[in-house]
Amino acid sequence: MGSKLSITLLAIAALTTAAQAQDKATDIIARGEYLARAGDCTACHTAPEGHLFAGGRAMPTPFGTLYTSNITPDPDTGIGKWSANDFYKTMHSGRFPDGGLIYPAMPFASYTKVTRADSDAIFAYLRSIAPVNQKNKPHELRFPYDNRQLILGWRTLYFREGEFKPDPSKSAEWNRGAYLVEGLGHCGMCHSPINALGGTAQSDAFKGGLIPMQNWYAPSLTSNREAGLGDWSIKDITDLLQTGVSMRGVVYGPMAEVVHNSLQYLSDEDTKAMAVYLKGIAEPSPPPPASSTLPTSESSLLISLGKTVYDKSCASCHGMQGEGKPPHWPPLANNQSIEMQSAVNPIRMVLNGGYPPGTKGNPMPYGMPPFAGLLSDNEVAAVVSYIRTAWGNRGTPVSAREANELRSAPLN
Amino acid sequence: MFARTTALAAAIATLAAFDGAAAQPLANQPPDTMAARVEACTPCHGNKGEGTSDVYFPRLAGKPAGYLYNQLLAFRSGRRKYPPMNYLLEFLPDPYLEAMAEYFASEHPPLPPPAPSEVSKDVLALGALLATSGDAGRNIPACVSCHGPGLTGMQPGIPGLLGLRAAYVSAQLGAWRYGTRTAKSPDCMQLVAGHLTEADVTAVAAWLATWPAPANPAPVPKGTYALPFGCGSQPN
Repeated sequence: MGSKLSITLLAIAALTTAAQAQDKATDIIARGEYLARAGDCTACHTAPEGHLFAGGRAMPTPFGTLYTSNITPDPDTGIGKWSANDFYKTMHSGRFPDGGLIYPAMPFASYTKVTRADSDAIFAYLRSIAPVNQKNKPHELRFPYDNRQLILGWRTLYFREGEFKPDPSKSAEWNRGAYLVEGLGHCGMCHSPINALGGTAQSDAFKGGLIPMQNWYAPSLTSNREAGLGDWSIKDITDLLQTGVSMRGVVYGPMAEVVHNSLQYLSDEDTKAMAVYLKGIAEPSPPPPASSTLPTSESSLLISLGKTVYDKSCASCHGMQGEGKPPHWPPLANNQSIEMQSAVNPIRMVLNGGYPPGTKGNPMPYGMPPFAGLLSDNEVAAVVSYIRTAWGNRGTPVSAREANELRSAPLN
Repeated sequence: MFARTTALAAAIATLAAFDGAAAQPLANQPPDTMAARVEACTPCHGNKGEGTSDVYFPRLAGKPAGYLYNQLLAFRSGRRKYPPMNYLLEFLPDPYLEAMAEYFASEHPPLPPPAPSEVSKDVLALGALLATSGDAGRNIPACVSCHGPGLTGMQPGIPGLLGLRAAYVSAQLGAWRYGTRTAKSPDCMQLVAGHLTEADVTAVAAWLATWPAPANPAPVPKGTYALPFGCGSQPN
């Protein structure tokens, strides 16, 4: 009797332990899913109308087209035979389990900062999704970029392996934000200037640059003249990241994708941590030199035509004084994305219009009409010159040629 | 106890006030309407989806919501390729696209008068024949066998062909023939367009643009007639 009871108790204990282990595994998978969203893995590893994480998405680069890989747990075509070690090695060192070099379109220069525990959680999540048998498509890179050994040179110049090291002089919240922005968030992939070799110097981190192939300008995250958030409230920053709209401006272009696939799913705490960090790295900048390549007579003509176009086509939403109706119809007065040195984004918004992403916090965003078919190059240049210089804005006028060149920019 | 009750009452009062405030339109905010939300569509498709003077942009008004929703999904995923549309829709959620489709489906601005045709009577006659009778010998079903006797379409997924210009219809049939426009399998329109010659396309497109609107331009209810063959856009 006594032994029977103890066996029963043992069995119950074993069951409880098994159940606890099960709960723990479920927790790790859920955490991995959250982290995979923070890393926006789906943006690259899921093709349009394709299976989740089965890869095959074409990524045009200045060096040719790369096709993303299958990261479902299929043993033959995915990562089904990988161990957690293999996965960590890929994230941390940018090398396949067999040591092969990975093209730096995969943001391993950022992911190297991810902790082993977070890498393991993402791996556990990826192991839990449905395997998809889909072979990877070979890359179509031009000579000499089709030679993988070149990556060694790139790595020497631009890759520093190493986990995130917290800055003990800063708060835990600041460090959490830094970990997310510099690591999984891989914000530097767009917001740091990229040179002809596809690399970024450490000293230029987050200084902004034109995104190759897409022809959108990713503003500097450090300069308050651009997307630097030094004089934004934490609430406006978190609103922008989580919902895509804020009292100061809305997200558009490639950033809409980031908010849609990734940032809207982050917890309030993590979003706030990112906001604290982003606000912290902003540096006060002197007012821009008022330099324009246009002759003064031409800019005055443009600006007076621009007011006519603005009053007729833009003022009903953005207000006679550029005050907008934020957060949905953004202000244009004192809006950093209007005044930046690069006029690419305001020109493209006038030409192409656009919707901020639909998010949990803003499921039915208001969109801006495309004006490419309604306005001539002169009118586009005029209205952009006007909004960049009116109401105290300190941007510079743009030429009709710049407007014309962006008519052929790729849209997606 | 009294203090707690007071605090609770105050909290309820605050909540009530908050509810009241939320129900009021906020000052200096865009109108909380679909019309304001779809303003990005209107330079090309017209304020109520009636179309514009540009012959390549179709009328949306009054088409079945299911059809419009399928097109929005296809543009969002890039299955249907037109970069300005692909770009606008890329990050919009399903329920929002459904609401947009419902909005344009429920608008009924007047149809444009039939356009004077630039093609010969013979070409129009061929178009009329193909549209109303088809050509059994060449496996071409009549347009009316799927799009309805009045060409007003059928709920939920078969579009009406009213108020479209010849250039648009011809471009779409061409896109289906060459496989650049595709729909869910079985892709019935791709099958039909594959049997058409270029001359057929010109004729049908020209004839459709001359077709006068029937008294009731609304799409007929689902199941009003049986489709001649399977169609992924209109599951049974």
